[in-house]
Amino acid sequence: MQKLYLLVPLAPLLGALIAGLMGRIIGPVWSHRITIALVFASLLASIVIFVDVLEGNTYNGTVYTWLVTGDARFEVGFLIDQLSATMMVVVSFVSLMVHIYTIGYMHDDPGYQRFFSYISLFTFSMMMLVMSNNFLQLFFGWEAVGLVSYLLIGFWYTRPSAIYANMKAFLVNRVGDFGFLLGIAMVLMYFGTLDYAAVFTQAPEIVNEQIELIPGSSWLVITVICILLFIGAMGKSAQFPLHVWLPDSMEGPTPISALIHAATMVTAGIFMVARMSPLFELSENALSFILIIGGITTLFMALVAVVQDDIKRVVAYSTLSQLGYMTVALGASAYSAAIFHLMTHAFFKAVLFLGAGSVIIAMHHEQSMQKMGGLKRYMPITYGTMFIAALASAGVPGFSGFFSKDAIIEAVYFANIPGVDFAYFCVLATVFVTALYTFRLIFMTFHGQPRMDTHTKEHLHESPWVVTVPLMILAIPTVAAGWFIGPIVFGDYFNNVIYVSPQHNAIEKLGAEFSGIGGMMVHALSTAPFWLSTAGIFSAWFLYSAKTDLPGKIKTKLSILFTLLDRKYYIDEFYSWFFAGGTRALGTVLWKYGDVKIIDGFFVNGAARVVAWTSTIVRQYQTGYIYHYAFTMIVGIFVVLTLWLY
Amino acid sequence: MSFEFPLLSLIIWLPIIFGIAVFATGNDRNAQLARSIALTGSILGILVAIPLYTSFDSSLATMQFVENHVWFERFNVNYHLGVDGISMPLILLNCFITPLVIVAGWQVIKTRVSQYMGAFLVMSGIVNGVFSSLDAILFYVFWEASLIPMFLIIGIWGGPNRVYAAIKFFLYTLLGSLLMLIAFIYLYQTSGGSFSIQDYHQLAIPMTPQILIFVAFLLAFAVKVPMWPVHTWLPDAHVEAPTGGSVVLAAILLKLGGYGFLRFSMPIAPDASHYLADMMILLSLVAVVYIGLIALMQADMKKLIAYSSVAHMGFVTLGFFLLNAYGIEGAMVQMISHGFISGAMFLCVGVLYDRLHSRQIADYGGVVNKMPTFAAFFMLFAMANAGLPGTSGFVGEFMVIMGTIKINFWYAFLAATTLIFGAAYTLWMYKRVIFGAVASPAVEELQDISKREFVLLAILAISVLWIGIYPFPLTEVMHATVDQLLAHVSISKL
Repeated sequence: MQKLYLLVPLAPLLGALIAGLMGRIIGPVWSHRITIALVFASLLASIVIFVDVLEGNTYNGTVYTWLVTGDARFEVGFLIDQLSATMMVVVSFVSLMVHIYTIGYMHDDPGYQRFFSYISLFTFSMMMLVMSNNFLQLFFGWEAVGLVSYLLIGFWYTRPSAIYANMKAFLVNRVGDFGFLLGIAMVLMYFGTLDYAAVFTQAPEIVNEQIELIPGSSWLVITVICILLFIGAMGKSAQFPLHVWLPDSMEGPTPISALIHAATMVTAGIFMVARMSPLFELSENALSFILIIGGITTLFMALVAVVQDDIKRVVAYSTLSQLGYMTVALGASAYSAAIFHLMTHAFFKAVLFLGAGSVIIAMHHEQSMQKMGGLKRYMPITYGTMFIAALASAGVPGFSGFFSKDAIIEAVYFANIPGVDFAYFCVLATVFVTALYTFRLIFMTFHGQPRMDTHTKEHLHESPWVVTVPLMILAIPTVAAGWFIGPIVFGDYFNNVIYVSPQHNAIEKLGAEFSGIGGMMVHALSTAPFWLSTAGIFSAWFLYSAKTDLPGKIKTKLSILFTLLDRKYYIDEFYSWFFAGGTRALGTVLWKYGDVKIIDGFFVNGAARVVAWTSTIVRQYQTGYIYHYAFTMIVGIFVVLTLWLY
Repeated sequence: MSFEFPLLSLIIWLPIIFGIAVFATGNDRNAQLARSIALTGSILGILVAIPLYTSFDSSLATMQFVENHVWFERFNVNYHLGVDGISMPLILLNCFITPLVIVAGWQVIKTRVSQYMGAFLVMSGIVNGVFSSLDAILFYVFWEASLIPMFLIIGIWGGPNRVYAAIKFFLYTLLGSLLMLIAFIYLYQTSGGSFSIQDYHQLAIPMTPQILIFVAFLLAFAVKVPMWPVHTWLPDAHVEAPTGGSVVLAAILLKLGGYGFLRFSMPIAPDASHYLADMMILLSLVAVVYIGLIALMQADMKKLIAYSSVAHMGFVTLGFFLLNAYGIEGAMVQMISHGFISGAMFLCVGVLYDRLHSRQIADYGGVVNKMPTFAAFFMLFAMANAGLPGTSGFVGEFMVIMGTIKINFWYAFLAATTLIFGAAYTLWMYKRVIFGAVASPAVEELQDISKREFVLLAILAISVLWIGIYPFPLTEVMHATVDQLLAHVSISKL
């Protein structure tokens, strides 16, 4: 079994190396054959491991020792349990679908082999992240997925917007990683190890320890650790205020938007917090912080999605909002619900993105929904699968998104830590907004009259099978993944992995009421989320299918609100003025004044000038006349004698 | 004992003898011969250094491969050599870099080839001498001698402003080391007539002289490292130096300063080291933050990398004065890693400079369209420079940050800003130079790297990844020495 564990990350790595280093020799076809075969091997291994874990065979062991220093050992190792096995299957499955889809999406791109190399490398990095049994390897995977994300956002490197977006993504993530690394350093300082198991066992011992970061104000060490770690999650999982990179990441090719910026990488932060539940459970303040950040992200990002015209940006803001849901679930100690939503979201969001990609191919890389409309006639498979995904996203009973989202909302309702009321309001209101923007996308793209130019319209066609087959395969879990909510969220599936302290027993209360998925659906009919989502779908139909002139009127009436949303609350403008501009200005001042004027100008060249000036004066005494020297000597002797005698 | 063979002498003198042989080939009619001899010498230099690693006993903290002969009996000066876990990796690094710079200058240097190649070989031997000297005078001779080849390399093969840069380099470092000589003379007096560095380690010295000794050494070493605020010679020297000169300067010569702290300042003046540790840490943090910000604004690629060097070397001095194992071993790893990364970064700039004869970022743009293989290598080194895990750049910074937080949270906070600034200045430069559409007709003409350049960059890429993925063997050789150093420094000598 341990060899199989190694196969899961190493097979895609091998594929990445072959496609990357020898891509020009073996050509495009063999590049995709080899990488797909190896990712498929990784998926099979993940499934075997998953089944093995279900039988109760978990594993925690070292592969090799990375470094020994001081009193600490740093190792590379695997922790295979219910959480990592679930993630492994989700990641390799979505990755395989995206690999296949890419054949169709990128078929005439000059960077074809490079693209396969990157997505296989991503799969490797993500596997290292989820399979890790220690913080160091987690950080390695964490930054490695960031690197691949950087490379893929900037895949079309001649586009100025792409190479701006990828640098922005990397730097904003680095801000998160800055906190994350400090958090890891605090963990090492207090526990003397970075091994999960050892840290989690010792965690309760330091629960009352305090640290004085600012003189006069004491913090619980555990709170500081958790918030620092969570800052890392905020970067990677694009939570407010570090969310700004994710919408721009849509500059990358669509397959990676599905794989990296929706289904897998951006959920790393959620996964990490769930993995660290034994730490986070000890700090109520950190959980409150998470709740509020998650609540803000959920609602405010969903609102932005409503005014976007670019089909990918709608899905991108939807991703932000859904990540907010997961974060709120973490804050409410409903870790299993967060992971469950992570899983269902991976499927339905992958369908939405890949479907959007399919539309974009058909539209000859036009992404504005204003120029679409009526596509359902031409692209029935894309329409059908996206419609299913939209139902899941809006949380219509029966579809996967309904179960996971409802569990989160209910869990927040039952939670009782500070900030929960605000979060509850946000997640509830967002149900309406989600249904609205999702079906706005469906209606604007697929229904109504075609608005594209005639040339595009003549060439409209359904995408090839390499595109539609992954969509159809992914549509299955988009519907059905939710049906497993019983064992996964309320059952004992995550019992040995996720720790929930007895005070934070929202999920337990919820589980007590749970009476099968049928019961959950029936119960939903009498609750607010169901009616909110129905209202959302209805509004979308009313505004974007029935009375299509109404949105324009609303836009003029509420132009201030519209502009605010359209400019994304001016956060990007503020950041580029304050942080980017401020840093550059500071750098210039330090350089021009600190280095050039003060150190070099005053001290270094000044010293040289003083030497030159002194020597000019001293040189005057080297006259060459004997009587000058003799006179100086006499004066000197006189002075010395005087001093000596008295 | 198998060490009776004078291995260290061979490692020092073999490159110097080959260097003299290269000089002897005379003018540029024999350029090809000069190149061949230089390459042979530098590769033999690596081969003879291999036993240093294979026969090294990493469980011992004492000096190994010791040679001790009388040099000047009158002043008790000895030809005393030996290495421990601190100096051995640095010697290997130096031997490793030398053939790379020889190959890097293979076609690029067309005038005075024999003198160029010979200067690098001689310098390689001299630097090995610095790292293995156990006698203060011998050390001082090698230390000062190492200035001469670099002074000539900058002054002869450098850019338009080379004379200013060469003199600035020379005076800065010379002034720093004069005070070191005074410290040696004081120590000679106090120890009752010994120049043995190991004797100095055992010497009891009162606090005030300890502080004075520390400051005297500090000036010598801080200039070399270079620490803020005595760093301004480095950007000028790098900008004017030819590619090979920059590589050696960044990869090797800066390490002399770092080595000095471990060999002299800390063991000879442990109480002063503790007393002044906070000051040293703060100076290092200024280097990390202040220099990181300055690097961001550079328009010249070489200046940018030079400033980035200063910021990365800030981690070295920061690590040392944490006075814990994470810090010192992390700083050692950082020194080795910086040798590879900065060397590689300067080589990359050299590759571009050889083609376009410009170091200005603004003259480039869209290079990836024409040089995809080069762009891939440059990406790897840029990421290593930004401290990406899996590359060597991460290991040292990680260890030092782990050590720093034990001293003070806010120190670690400032140190960790390198994650942001390091990525910002490196990737911003990369974006402007490599990415984008082809920016000018000159870029349109660019040819991708030759086989010679490919081999150079590939060797460095493997090294960078190897240390990033498996640093265990590297730190393994240091443990005993570092533990002993820490134990030694923790005992007061007052």
